[in-house]
Amino acid sequence: MIEILSASALATVQDLGRTGALQWGVGTSGAMDPLALAGGNILLGNDEGAAAIEVPVFPFQVRFTEDCSFAVTGADCAARLDDMPLLPWWAHEAHAGQVLHLGLPRQGHWRASRAYLCVAGGLDVPAVLGSRSTQLRGAFGGHEGRALRQGDRLPVAGGCAVGGRRGTGHGLVPPALSMPLQVDGVPAVRVLPAAEYTLFTDASLAAFWSEPWKITAQSDRYGYRLSGARLEPKADIEMRSHGIVPGVIQVPSGGQPIVQMRDAQPTGGYPKLGTVIDADLWRLGQAPIGSHVRFIEATWDEAVTAQDHASRWLDEARRLVELQRS
Amino acid sequence: MTADTPSFSVLGTSALLFEAPGSTELKTQQRIWALAAEVGAWPEVREAVPGMNNLMLSLAHTPRHLGDIEARLRSAWADIHALPLQGRLVELPVVYGGAAGPHMADVVGHTGLTVDEIVERHSSPLYPVYALGSHPGYCYLGGMDPRIATPRRRVPVLSIPGGAVSIGGSQTGVSASDGPSGWNTIGSTAMCFFDPKRHPPALLQPGDTIRFLVEKVIR
Repeated sequence: MIEILSASALATVQDLGRTGALQWGVGTSGAMDPLALAGGNILLGNDEGAAAIEVPVFPFQVRFTEDCSFAVTGADCAARLDDMPLLPWWAHEAHAGQVLHLGLPRQGHWRASRAYLCVAGGLDVPAVLGSRSTQLRGAFGGHEGRALRQGDRLPVAGGCAVGGRRGTGHGLVPPALSMPLQVDGVPAVRVLPAAEYTLFTDASLAAFWSEPWKITAQSDRYGYRLSGARLEPKADIEMRSHGIVPGVIQVPSGGQPIVQMRDAQPTGGYPKLGTVIDADLWRLGQAPIGSHVRFIEATWDEAVTAQDHASRWLDEARRLVELQRS
Repeated sequence: MTADTPSFSVLGTSALLFEAPGSTELKTQQRIWALAAEVGAWPEVREAVPGMNNLMLSLAHTPRHLGDIEARLRSAWADIHALPLQGRLVELPVVYGGAAGPHMADVVGHTGLTVDEIVERHSSPLYPVYALGSHPGYCYLGGMDPRIATPRRRVPVLSIPGGAVSIGGSQTGVSASDGPSGWNTIGSTAMCFFDPKRHPPALLQPGDTIRFLVEKVIR
């Protein structure tokens, strides 16, 4: 078991998301930074999609009630096991009773806002409709369908096996360092134009691609509300409700874009300017509130290539961990 | 979009959107259901999800080239026949007005009708379930009397309760769980629309029909 010691809200149990339930109105949920979740699981010899804790608010503390291998990925949050400083993106061992502290993310080598606590075996919460991710709106999945609270105890599949086949003492280079993407020094994500793209004014489109967009405080797992130039359609656009996915950039009548994130509802009705490509959603998921982001126009081929790069990062992570453990 | 030909677009690399031309009609929706049944079986499609006269394809893997799947989709649409699903009729008892219908006065104000006239027009039709979406168990319905259409609220309500019966523009719907909404709530029903332990988890599916029964009117 691991026991949550912090009162800090908004930490949730996530895996790589719930697929196949859109037909019932159920969105995907899942880790805001799927590469960090998968990376942590690879370090521990887990299935890539094993459930972990996503931590967006710090400080955060847990106690291990039994010996446990674990890894903290995503943001570099000055992790300590009792008083011992820990390397980020590294497999460690805890003994029963030890406390893991996660502090404020350091914005040094890479900027990030969410940490993932992965444990060997994965968190053993029940899978609901094929996933262990928390569905906050539907109040199911994850731990009792809600964000974690102080005193919650989460079981670990296989009882936190230590050492042995899994081993510890090895790490990964975070994708933010090995696959950086910036424009004029501002973190960037690639976007494929969507159905209503050509219905926006030329000035709006020019501003969309050329200006930095601020991630406002009204941003969360449901969506990132951005502020910047006012984006306007050439004429009113009449929309019918239709399916959307995380990454879709909707522009309501106020002219300020909203990027749908992992907890977004699966249907929308606002004009869509574009979609942040799947391969870059982790970058946005890690962008801190108050920071800026730039958009890069991508072609289909470029988006497919970006996805290949992300897959290759995962392949390489698997290979490196195998090498380090053998 | 209401162009003459269907529109095909991408939602990033994980989904495609197909939109039927013309005004929103049940006949078109029946073709959308038929298209969903056909393309949902394609190996690259994880899920074919109907919207209002449109269809989103959630992709199991990203195709290298888009041309092929677009051509197959357009050709399937051209050949498809309406699939008039014979679903269930589900009756929902509704308490109209009062504390559970806080925006009834706004619908009265906009339409110029009395509460009784609004209730009569809202509870008369049979509403076909076009699609599910928005949140677990929520249904998009067709068939509302255009005389009670009322624009969405300028400022969305932070949370309306599950079971809230509301009007947004020319559509009506019932919230399946608590959450934010820009629609005008005119009543409430006690029905449970979603239970992840049930199979299927959603009470309703496309092709089913809803009738609102007047349980009580609070004027």
